[in-house]
Order: sequence, then structure tokens, then C-alpha cells
Amino acid sequence: MFDDFFIRALVAGLGIALVTGPLGCFVVWRRLSYFGDTLAHSALLGVTMAYSLELNIALSVFIISSLIALILIQLQKKTNLPGDALLGLLAHSSLAVGLVVIGFLTFIRFDIMGLLFGDILAVTTDDLLIIWTGGAVILLVLKLIWKPLFASTVNYELAEAEGLNPDRAKAIFTILMAAVIAISIKMVGLLLITGMLIIPAAMARNISDSPIKMVVYSIIGGLLSVILGLFSSLEFNTSSGPSIIVAALILFILSLLNIKQSIKLKN
Amino acid sequence: MSRENNTLVKLNNAGFKQNGKWLVEGVTIAVEKGKIVTLIGPNGSGKSTTAKIALGIYKNIEGSVEKYTNKVGYVPQKISIDWTLPIRVRDFMLLTENIKEEKIDEALSLTGVIHLKNKSLGNLSGGEFQRVLIARAICKKPELLVLDEPVQGVDYTGEIALYELIKKISDSLHCGILLISHDLHTVMTATDYVVCLNGHVCCSGSPMDVAKNNEYKTLFGEQASQILSVYEHKHDHVHSDEGEIKKN
Repeated sequence: MFDDFFIRALVAGLGIALVTGPLGCFVVWRRLSYFGDTLAHSALLGVTMAYSLELNIALSVFIISSLIALILIQLQKKTNLPGDALLGLLAHSSLAVGLVVIGFLTFIRFDIMGLLFGDILAVTTDDLLIIWTGGAVILLVLKLIWKPLFASTVNYELAEAEGLNPDRAKAIFTILMAAVIAISIKMVGLLLITGMLIIPAAMARNISDSPIKMVVYSIIGGLLSVILGLFSSLEFNTSSGPSIIVAALILFILSLLNIKQSIKLKN
Repeated sequence: MSRENNTLVKLNNAGFKQNGKWLVEGVTIAVEKGKIVTLIGPNGSGKSTTAKIALGIYKNIEGSVEKYTNKVGYVPQKISIDWTLPIRVRDFMLLTENIKEEKIDEALSLTGVIHLKNKSLGNLSGGEFQRVLIARAICKKPELLVLDEPVQGVDYTGEIALYELIKKISDSLHCGILLISHDLHTVMTATDYVVCLNGHVCCSGSPMDVAKNNEYKTLFGEQASQILSVYEHKHDHVHSDEGEIKKN
């Protein structure tokens, strides 16, 4: 049944949504939107590395994104530049370097649009394996570090004082971010991955009053976005990434209705 | 690691420097099981810093800290909860440890905020939040409780009740307490050991000893020293509602 490209894309997308749901909540809570964006931009460099060294794309993107995260941490320690400037610097320079390298690799034909915005035709059976095993590992690790990560998100000092080792949890979370970008780049495209992380989580925030609820709604929102997005991408012949993100946006707008109601109730 | 009798945490000549400025230095204190150690001192004297050194929040410190327990309950002085987090009181109680539902209810009842269990943390008043913070810290039955001005913003009657509760917890759990407080009146009745800070340990000892100390008097004024000594004498009688004196 995986012979059909559309079924493959659907299975891939659903796998990605299961992972981006909970991770996206932490991206929203910890204000890491631009951090995610930076890692995603650097993914292009990872893709070019994969082609030139004949590596697996997901693996190569994972390595480059983790490397960029490490460089960011070092720059934060060693320079006096504000965090957002450093993020912008890394995001755009790694994107630019990636594009320049592509120019040199004349022997390969790149589908730039596919890289930037996702391409459902590109999803292979191997990709499905990577997405689902990689996704399972990411979710398992996230479950293991959930308590220290969540506690330090609420209050770093409480977590540290009560022996939860928040620094380790944060470091592991950074690696998970790189990993989720690596497995979803083909599907959503590097410019829109952060949207997949943030928009379902933001939608979930509007309709939940506890962290677990927000995670569950965020996953459901992601799954719905993938289904709606892919079917409409098939229908209207649009890129898969933007279609999924637009679907997520529509869900977000619907969730705003809930806010209006709860404000009315308060008054 | 040798453990001296009942010591839970011990600071040896500890200090912490931030941006080239000492926040506190040369602090040597120990908190033992079942004992309440109180840190007093003016604003900026390094009380919270000392607590954070003891908790291991500050890493690059001078001197050393020996911590013999990982069962710690902490009520920080300042805590702000981000509105981006949907979190109810109940979720907050489970923040660092999984606790049974009835234990949560018990702790929230003790601090008088059980009715807020399903409320969103962001909607609490300052005093209510403070009671939740205390409930969370005692709920996990810690061996060491670090309370940094735990009753700030709590109404007057609540303040007394909470201090009584803290004393009761120290007795029943037999845990050690490191307490920071400005309220000399209420604190001194329960404290075993007082450390008076002013960037360094200016004096320390039993409440009575500290009250007599001249440095303490210059720091807090004559009145403060009288407050401390008031609590040193033992009452051998109680007053009934009608004002009669009853011998114990």
C-alpha cells in the first residue's frame, strides 16, 4: 500500500505531526521559535552535505543542525551580541552558505522549491522508516526528560534546587529539536518546519488549561493539519508544506473563537 | 563522603561573586535534621544568595557545599509563571515529583488553598500563590526545606498560622529547615539557630545570643534586639479567654 505516493506522504506527515505536537509545545513555552527557525535554515547546508558526501539526508541534516546549535551556545557565551542577533546571523549565513554550495554542485540537479517548501512526491519508503523510528525515539526521549524539562520551563531554580538537572534536559531537548527538523525536512520544507512546530501548539494553547491537554490538542491539531493539507495539496496541486501550514493556520483561527467565548464568560 | 550525625547541608566558608562583586562571602552554616536555621539581615545582605548556594543553584562558588540529601523542598523568594504555560495548581504540585492525589489534597488543605486546586496558576493572588508554593514544597515530604520569605503577601492571621504549620512540619517530618525571614517576631519563637548576614556572617547563635550581640544591635537597632529576647523566656502560664491566668 506504500506504493502510492499519496499514502506514503500521508503516513510520513502523520508521523511528523505526532512528534512536532509535543515538541512544539515546548518551543512555544520556552520561546524557542526563532531557535527552531535557525536550525531549520541550517538544514539546507545539511542537505548539500548529504548530496556531496552521499550521506542520508536526515542524518546529515541532524549533524549540521546539532553543530549549529553548539556554535550558537558557544557564541552566546563568548560574545556580547544579543540572542536574536546571533540567531539571525546563524540562520541566514547558513542558508546562504548552503545556497552557494548548491551553486558549486553543478553535477546535481536540486529541486530548490522542494527543499524550501516540502515535496510530497519526494517521500520514499526509506523516509517513512526514518520518520517513524526516529519519531518514536524522539518521543521516548522526550518522555524520559519530560519532568526536568517541564519543571525548568516553569522555573529553572526550582528544578535545579530540587535535584532535576535542568541543564542536561535542556541540552537533550536541543538535540531533539535538531532531530525533528532532520526527519521532517523533506515533507514540510525548511522554511516551514517551525510553523509545523508552533502553529498547532499555539492553537492548542487557546483551548487548553493544563500542559497535558495542550500537548494532546497540539498533536490532534497537527494530525488534522496534515490530513487536510495533503488532501488539498492533491486537489489544488500545491506544495505539501504550505498546504499543511495553511490548514494549521485555519485550525488556529478557529481556536480563537474559544478565547472570545471564555473572555465573555469572565465578564 | 562522611556524614556528620544529622547534617543535611553544610556550607564551608562559602561565597558567591557576580560581575566581580561579592554577593556574600565566608558563610559557614549547617542545617541539621529537625532543626530550623533562620537567616536574617538587611536587603542585599546575601540571604537569598546563601540559600541558593546551599541548594546548588549557583555553581561557581568559593568555598564548598556539602549536600547530603536530594529530597529538597524549595520556596523561592521570587517566582514568575509565564502566561504561555497553561498550568493549574494541581499540575504545579506535581512539578518535580509524582505525588498521590490524596497527598496533594492534604498539603493544599494544610495551607488553606484546597479550593484552588483546579484553578489556573496565573489567576491566583500573591498570597494564594504563596500558600500553594508552601504546599508544593511540603507535599513531597522533603528532608530539607528551604523557605525564602515564605509568607510574603499572606494576610496577618494566615502568616501566623503558616509559621505554626512550618514548625509543625519540621517536628512531624523531622526535616531540617533553612528559613529566610524579615519578621523577627514570628520567626524567633521557632528558630533553633539564627544567622545574621550582612554580606558575610555578622553573628550567629541562638536567638538570645544574637539578640545580645552588638553588631546585631547596630544592624537592626535596639528594638529588634528586644523583640528577640522577648521570646527567650518560657511561659509557665496561659491566659484563658476571660483573662484568668492558668498555670501549665
